[in-house]
Amino acid sequence: MAPTLAHYLIVSGLLFSIGLAGVLLRRNILIIFMGLELMLNAANLSLVAFSRFNLLADGLPNYNGQVFVFFIITVAAAEVAVGLAIIVALFRSKQTTHVEDLATLKF
Amino acid sequence: MQLTLFWIFSALMLLFALGAVLLRNPVSCAMSLVMTFVALAAVFVTLDAFFIAVVQVLVYAGAVMVLFLFIIMLLDLREEKSRRVRLSAWVGGGLVVGGFVAALSQVVSSLPALNVPKPAISDPAVSDVAAIGFALFKNFNLPFQIVGILLLVATVGVVLLSRKELK
Repeated sequence: MAPTLAHYLIVSGLLFSIGLAGVLLRRNILIIFMGLELMLNAANLSLVAFSRFNLLADGLPNYNGQVFVFFIITVAAAEVAVGLAIIVALFRSKQTTHVEDLATLKF
Repeated sequence: MQLTLFWIFSALMLLFALGAVLLRNPVSCAMSLVMTFVALAAVFVTLDAFFIAVVQVLVYAGAVMVLFLFIIMLLDLREEKSRRVRLSAWVGGGLVVGGFVAALSQVVSSLPALNVPKPAISDPAVSDVAAIGFALFKNFNLPFQIVGILLLVATVGVVLLSRKELK
């Protein structure tokens, strides 16, 4: 028996919600960033699953979905580099990575 | 067989993702995240997406996680002291996440179109690297070049951001 599309979507949704929980509940800005990465990867998993389960007329997977995942991975790599540089600059000026100590913009 | 492999790697992936979110030491979090990405690459292989699986291991488990570990060690992060747990944050976060999971499982289980087994590929010998390459350079040529410029801008920006004195 082969897994169905619903299996992949449920696993992708669970991975997304674990990442969301990390973003909402953790207080270390680096761990929050890791939660963001988990959410991006969950989106990638559902895109690849849709691409594999919707075969084109010639019986091959729809590779446009996988090209889209390739672009997401590229942009995520750039995002990680810029985000970590911002975190390092923040740490230089405030000496903390705890979000509750970074309340300058709080209303 | 396929279903067994799918469940093994999905369970590993979700377990390590939980570890990445729940562990106290930032280095353990990063190591669990590496294992999450490797298990996710294995799940991509069960979907016959070999190119994406390789890129996932190279870019995420390789480059991105090296960057994370490097920053953790540069900032010399210690194990988090347990601060006072704010009940309101945990209740709110739990409600949002639980609501999301409940809504998603309801939608997925209510659509019979999602309950189809994986259709067979007509020609299993076809190379997905070649197919993705054709799509990338023929249909998505402009976005591909724009992404190249984005990477250049990100590199310049990171170098500028991490200079000693920001003017």
